[in-house]
Amino acid sequence: MSEIVISAKELTKKFGNFTAVDHITFEVSKGEIFGFLGANGAGKTTAMRMLCGLSYPTSGSGTVAGFNISKDQEKIKQNIGYMSQKFSLYEDLKVWENMRLFGGIYGMKEQDIKTKTDQILEHLGFMDEKNTLVRDLPLGWKQRLAFSVSIFHTPKIVFLDEPTGGVDPITRRQFWEMIYEAVHSGITVFVTTHYMDEAEYCDRVSIMVDGKIEALDSPKKLKEQTNSQTMDEVFQKFARKATRNAD
Amino acid sequence: MIKYLLEKEFKQIVRNPFMPRLILFMPVMTLLIMPWAANQEIKNIKLSVVDNDHSSYSERLIQKVIASGYFILEDLSNSNDEALKSIESGKADLILDISPEFEKNLISTGTAEVMISANAVNGTKGGLGSGYLSAIMSDFADDITTERGLNAGTGVTPGIQIVPHNKYNLYLDYKVFMVPALVVMLLTMLTGFLPALNIVGEKEAGTIEQMNVTPVSKFTFILGKLIPYWIIGFVVLSIAFILAALVYGLYPVGNLLTIYFYASIYILVVSGLGLVISNYSDTMQQAMFVMFFFMLILILLSGLFTPVSSMPDWAQWVSRVNPLSYFIQVMRAIYLKGSGIRELLPQLFSLLGFALVFNLWAVWSYRKSS
Amino acid sequence: MKQFLAFVKKEFYHIFRDTRTMLILLGMPIVQIILFGFAITTEVKNTRIAVYDLSNDVVTQQIIQRLQANTYFTVVESVGSPERMDELMKAGKVSMVVVFDADFESNMLHTGEAAIQLIVDATDPNQATTITNYATSIITQSIQEMTTGYSASFTILPQTRMLYNPQMEGAYNFVPGVMGLILMLICAMMTSIAIVREKEKGSMEILLASPIKPIFIIIAKAVPYFTLSMVNLVTILLLSFFVLKVPIAGSLFLIITGSLLFILVALLLGLLISNLVQTQVAAMLISGMALMMPTMLLSGMMFPIESMPAVLQWFSSIIPARWYIEMIRKLMIQGVSGIYVVKEFTVLIVMILVLLTISLKTFKTRLSSN
Repeated sequence: MSEIVISAKELTKKFGNFTAVDHITFEVSKGEIFGFLGANGAGKTTAMRMLCGLSYPTSGSGTVAGFNISKDQEKIKQNIGYMSQKFSLYEDLKVWENMRLFGGIYGMKEQDIKTKTDQILEHLGFMDEKNTLVRDLPLGWKQRLAFSVSIFHTPKIVFLDEPTGGVDPITRRQFWEMIYEAVHSGITVFVTTHYMDEAEYCDRVSIMVDGKIEALDSPKKLKEQTNSQTMDEVFQKFARKATRNAD
Repeated sequence: MIKYLLEKEFKQIVRNPFMPRLILFMPVMTLLIMPWAANQEIKNIKLSVVDNDHSSYSERLIQKVIASGYFILEDLSNSNDEALKSIESGKADLILDISPEFEKNLISTGTAEVMISANAVNGTKGGLGSGYLSAIMSDFADDITTERGLNAGTGVTPGIQIVPHNKYNLYLDYKVFMVPALVVMLLTMLTGFLPALNIVGEKEAGTIEQMNVTPVSKFTFILGKLIPYWIIGFVVLSIAFILAALVYGLYPVGNLLTIYFYASIYILVVSGLGLVISNYSDTMQQAMFVMFFFMLILILLSGLFTPVSSMPDWAQWVSRVNPLSYFIQVMRAIYLKGSGIRELLPQLFSLLGFALVFNLWAVWSYRKSS
Repeated sequence: MKQFLAFVKKEFYHIFRDTRTMLILLGMPIVQIILFGFAITTEVKNTRIAVYDLSNDVVTQQIIQRLQANTYFTVVESVGSPERMDELMKAGKVSMVVVFDADFESNMLHTGEAAIQLIVDATDPNQATTITNYATSIITQSIQEMTTGYSASFTILPQTRMLYNPQMEGAYNFVPGVMGLILMLICAMMTSIAIVREKEKGSMEILLASPIKPIFIIIAKAVPYFTLSMVNLVTILLLSFFVLKVPIAGSLFLIITGSLLFILVALLLGLLISNLVQTQVAAMLISGMALMMPTMLLSGMMFPIESMPAVLQWFSSIIPARWYIEMIRKLMIQGVSGIYVVKEFTVLIVMILVLLTISLKTFKTRLSSN
C-alpha cells in the first residue's frame, strides 16, 4: 500500500437542518485517480470544498497532503490544485496572463513561469492562442486550459469538480488524456463527475447518494458486485434509493 | 506575489470597455455640470410689489430694491390679496408691501413700516430673500438719514459702521464652496463603489473560488484590490484639480501636496468601506443598493450641502463618525483657507483611524473558507 | 386571469426573497425623511464665533453680551491677536470674528465713525450671508437701544412674514423632493433591472413563449413595484404628517392622483429602459445616470432651478420629477386649489402619452424581431 494523501473520517457538513455531507469516510493513495460519483445535489461539491479548505466541516476530520483540513487550510492550499465547475479563469485576461498570474501566486520564479507557459502551450497545441482572451476560446479549450493552470505549479493533489460539463465525448476523452499525463508525473487526482463513461477511467470510485457514500471500490469490482455490464447500471442501482431532489 | 495580483487588476481595468471611460468622464462631467446645477445661491428672486403709498420715497425704495440685482420685479399688485395669488401660482416668491403714508410717516416720525411676505416652503430662499430686502431697507433709511441729517445740521449723530469682510470667498461665489466638496464626492463615489462592485463581480464570475483555493493571504488579496483604486483616486483627483483651475480659475490656497497626502488616507477609508460591503454581498445589485443607502446618509450628514453646526446633537454625533465630513473639512480648509497639517491634526488622526478600522474589517470579513 | 395572478405572485416572491434589498427599499424613505426632517437644515444656529476687542469698553462689552445671549451665536473665544484669529478660522473652529476698533465708544459718540468688522468665513456663501445679516441686526439693535437719547436717524421697520412655513423648517422643502426621488428609484430603476434580469437569464424568452400575452407579463412585473411604491408613498405621507408635522394643506385626493400619474411615468420610463438595454449593469447605470442624477440635481429638490444657467433650466423641464415636486409643494404645503396645478397635471399626462407610445412601439418591434 502506498502513501495515503487524502483521508476523511466521518466528515459531515450541515447547512442549518440540511445535512449536505453525512459522515463520509474514505482514503486516497498517492498517484490514484479517485472518482466521486453522484447525482446533482448528492453532496459531491460540498465534500470536495471541505477537502480543499474552502469550507469548514461541521464534524469529523480529515487530512490532505498530511495537513488537517480543519486547522491547516492555508498549508493545504500550498499543495493542491483546484478546478471548479465554472473553471474559473479570468475571462478578460489572455491565456498566458492567466498562467502567469497563477504561477506567480504560487510563488514560482519569473523565468520558470515563462518556460513552463511555452512548454504547456506547445504541448497542447495552443501556441497560436497564447495572446487570445480566455473569453474568446471554445468551451473544451477553456476546460483544458483551466486544468493546465490548476496543475501549473505541480501540486501534490489536484481536485477537479465536474471538469467536463457540457462538452461532447471526444473532447472529454482528450481531457482525460491530460489527466493520465498528470498522474504519470506523480499527481494524485480527485475528480467528481456525473458522466458514467468517465467513471470507467478512474482507479476507484465512490458513489454518493443523499450525502452518504453508498459504494466504494474499483469500477471492475463494483460491476461484479452488482452484476452490471456498465457503470451506468451500477449507478442506477444505487441511486434509486435517493430521496433528495436534484436542485 | 502582490506584483502578479496588481498586474492582473490593472489589465482587467484597462480591458474593461467601460472602466477607463468612467474614470475619465465622470470627473469631467461632474465638474463641468454640477457646480452650475448644485447651486444654492439665491438670485433672481421674483418680487411682487404692493405700493400703497405711490410717493416719491416709495418709488425710490422700489428702484433701489431692483437696482440691488437680487430681485426681478414680477408685478406691481394693487392689493396684498392679489400679490398672494402670484405667490400661490408660483409667479412670485416674495411680496414687498409698502404701507400707505410711508413717506409721510418716515418724515414726520422717523419710522415707517413695510411688510415683507416670503414664500418659505424653501426656508433658505425665504430667509435669504427677506434678509436681502431688510438690508436694503436699512440702507435706504441710512440714505435718508444722511440727506436729512445734513439739512438738519444738529451736530454729530452717534453711529457705527459695520463692515462685513467675506474671508476666503470674497465674492460669495457658490461655486467656490461647491467645487472642493464635489471633488470629495467624486472621490468617494469612484473609490467607494468600484472596489465594492469588483469583489462581488469576482464572486458572481466564480473566479474568487479559484483565488480562495490558492495560498494567497487575505491581506495580500485585499491589498491587491486596494492599490489600484488608490492610484485611480489620484488620477481622478488630478483631473479634478486641473479642471477646477481651467474652468473655474480655482487654485488651492494651501499646499497641493497636503491635499494629496490627506486624499491618500481618505481613499483607503472609502475603498475599505466598499470592500467590507462587497464581502457581505452576494450580487452586484445588492452591493449597489447597500452602498447607495450608506452613501446617501453619509453625504447628507457630512456638511457637504448644509452646515453641520445647525444639526441636532445626534446628527452632529453621527457626523463625528462620518469620514466624509472630516475630508470635506480638510478639502475646504486647504483649498480655500490655505490651512496646513498643523491646523488639521484632529482630522488626520480621525481619518487614519477610519482607514485602519475599515481595512482591518475588510481583511477580517473576507472569508477564504466558509 | 388566473395565469396572470400566478405571475404576479411569482414576481412578489422574487422581491421578498432578497430581504436585504427589500429592507433597503422600505427603509430608505424612512431614513431619508428622518434625515431631511431633523438633521438637514440650512438654518443658522449655534454658530461659533470669536471676538477681537481692541477697545474693551462698556459699549463693546454690551454688544458682545448681546451676541452671546442669542441662540444664533456662541462666542467661544476672545482673541488677543490677528494671528490667533487666523488660526481659529483656518482650523474651522469659528465661522466669524467680530473685530471692534480701538476707542470704539468715544468714536461712536463723537465722530459717528466707530467701526466693527465682521470677518466671516465665506466658504459657504449662504451661511456667510445669513450670519452677517443676523450679526448686523443684533449689533444695530443694541446700538439703537444704547443711543435712544440721541436718536435722530430714520428707520424703516420691515415686518416679515414667512408664509406656509413660519418656522422655516427644512422638511417642508424636502418632503416633496424625497417623494419624487423614492418613487423614481423604485418604479423606474427597480422595474428596469427586474425585467432586464429575466432577459439576461434567458427566462424572458420562455415567458414570451407561454400562451399569456406579453403585455400581461410586463404588467405582472410592474405590479409588485407599483405596490411597493404605494406603500412608500403612504409611509412618507404618514411620517411627514405625524412625525415631522408637515401639514397636508391641500386636497389629499389631488395629491394621490398626482402621485399615481407620476408613478405611471416612472414605470413607463423603467419599461423603456428595459426595452433598450441587455444587461443589468447597463440598466443600473442608465437609470442611475439618466434618471437618478437629474432627479436629484435638476428637479429643484435641493437646488433652486431659477439659479441655474438657462440651458440647465430648459433641460430641467423635461424631468418628470420637477413637475411632480412642484405640484406636491403647491398642493401639500401651500394648500392651493386645483386650478393652480393644472399645468403640472397636464405636463405629466402628456409625458405619459408620449412614453406610452414610444414603449409600445419599441416593445412591438422587439417582439417581431425576435
